[in-house]
Amino acid sequence: MLKDITLGQYFPGSTLAHRLDPRTKLLAVLFYIVAVFSCHSVWGYGAAILTLVVSAWVSKVGVKPLFRGLKPVMFIIIFTAVLNLFYTPGEVVWTWWVLKLTREGIRTAVAMVARITLLITGTFLLTYTTSPIQLTDGLESLLNPLKKIRVPVHELAMMMSIALRFIPTLIEETDKIMSAQKARGADFESGGLIRRAKALIPLLVPLFVSAFRRADELATAMECRCYHGGDGRTKLHVLRFAARDYLVLAFYLALAAAIIVLD
Amino acid sequence: MEEIIKVENLTHTYSEGTPFERSAVKDMSLSVYRGELLGLIGHTGSGKSTLIQHLNGLLKPTSGRVLLEGRDIWEDPKKIRDVRFRVGLVFQYPEYQLFEETAYKDIAFGPGNMGLKGDELDSRIREAARFAGLDEALLAKSPFALSGGQKRRVAIAGVIAMEPEVLVLDEPSAGLDPRGREELLEHIGAYHRERGNTVVLVSHSMEEIARYADRIVVLSKGGVLMSGTPREVFSRGSELVRAGLDVPQVTRIAMELQKRGVAVDPAVYTVEELRRALLDLRKGGAR
Repeated sequence: MLKDITLGQYFPGSTLAHRLDPRTKLLAVLFYIVAVFSCHSVWGYGAAILTLVVSAWVSKVGVKPLFRGLKPVMFIIIFTAVLNLFYTPGEVVWTWWVLKLTREGIRTAVAMVARITLLITGTFLLTYTTSPIQLTDGLESLLNPLKKIRVPVHELAMMMSIALRFIPTLIEETDKIMSAQKARGADFESGGLIRRAKALIPLLVPLFVSAFRRADELATAMECRCYHGGDGRTKLHVLRFAARDYLVLAFYLALAAAIIVLD
Repeated sequence: MEEIIKVENLTHTYSEGTPFERSAVKDMSLSVYRGELLGLIGHTGSGKSTLIQHLNGLLKPTSGRVLLEGRDIWEDPKKIRDVRFRVGLVFQYPEYQLFEETAYKDIAFGPGNMGLKGDELDSRIREAARFAGLDEALLAKSPFALSGGQKRRVAIAGVIAMEPEVLVLDEPSAGLDPRGREELLEHIGAYHRERGNTVVLVSHSMEEIARYADRIVVLSKGGVLMSGTPREVFSRGSELVRAGLDVPQVTRIAMELQKRGVAVDPAVYTVEELRRALLDLRKGGAR
């Protein structure tokens, strides 16, 4: 059922990774990505993999959910691996018909797969341990300097929070309308493409109507509480760096620096 | 009495196998008899909505069966659509499902899906509109231009037009003003009397149920707490109160009076009944 779709992949918890400031985690992921892209040797990749394993262990995210995130990109991973395997020029180790397997090809393919896997699992670790609201909060705070060049940071963050907040509501609504139309004999599952597209009208029209109604109500409610944008607005949960944040940041920064310099 | 719907040991578990696993209905059994107006009462979370979505096969039982005229509705999953035409379900706040350009076309959606055309379709729409208490002049209007109460009538007519053998209404009067409620329920009552069809009315308002239902089933925590005629159910008023449910205001007054030593039957559930009981008592006392 639609309701079973979870938004983001946040796993509530209270581990060190959960308690970190969202800004720390965002920056750490950024450093980590830089580190992963600067890896050239086995040592570099080893360090990156070790860091990921330790981080995953600290945040108590199981192996299964961590790799579940790879499923949608599996195709891309395999595709790049195959392309790299056969189309990298170099010392040929094996040929079959027009396919030439080169030593360099194997190397690049393995490196590419490792890179993409680390990249994705690393970012997934962030979304597993940080709630969407914390994430937007962190992003807003990190992007704050951009306000100087007139980037509407607060507005963007607010839009993100609202969108995130309403996704589950809209999913529920879709579910309800679908059921109501099915009760009147609507058939969403059979027929050709055109019939199926047409069958969506009884679902989409009420859904849009209700989305607009909700938006309108929300706007009124916000205005009633004197919302007038980000200027002078204070927060209930003020983000503050703690000692652990500096430690984690220092570690990831060191990792990135070490890999860039040494590798 | 002949059973038209029989629910046997129904259990429904949401999000099975996840940390969010939750049984909304547990081993529930009940019957709906042909031609009755059954009132279904229960608190939020008592499993009402989950139960009624099983009656027309929108939800599939985790375990247990739902029989329609003695046959398991899931016997042939491909025919589940036919079950939905035979057991018409009107959801809570059904006005949010309207989508057509005119009220007329929207009411035609259900019967149109059944394959009806031409005069038959037209007469069904007009009749359904009449039953729902919808003015003919409104049929040509856009459903989005109607008032809340009118929209709801369009939605209810949309289900009645399928001429289901069983009409299930989930809180049909929720969110309407008192007069709107009364009118709507009167129309549903009239539909029930005229057609003689089975109607299942879900509500948390004891007054409504007491007034219109032939029989009441009280749900609590995913199971059947009690069932019987309104008199039988309300005579167990204190049990209802213990289950966190209300009794009609009149019954509450009668219960209070009895507690203070007035010899009045606490199972009365209409103002008229209580009036008569009190008048009788006074006459008796004068004598």
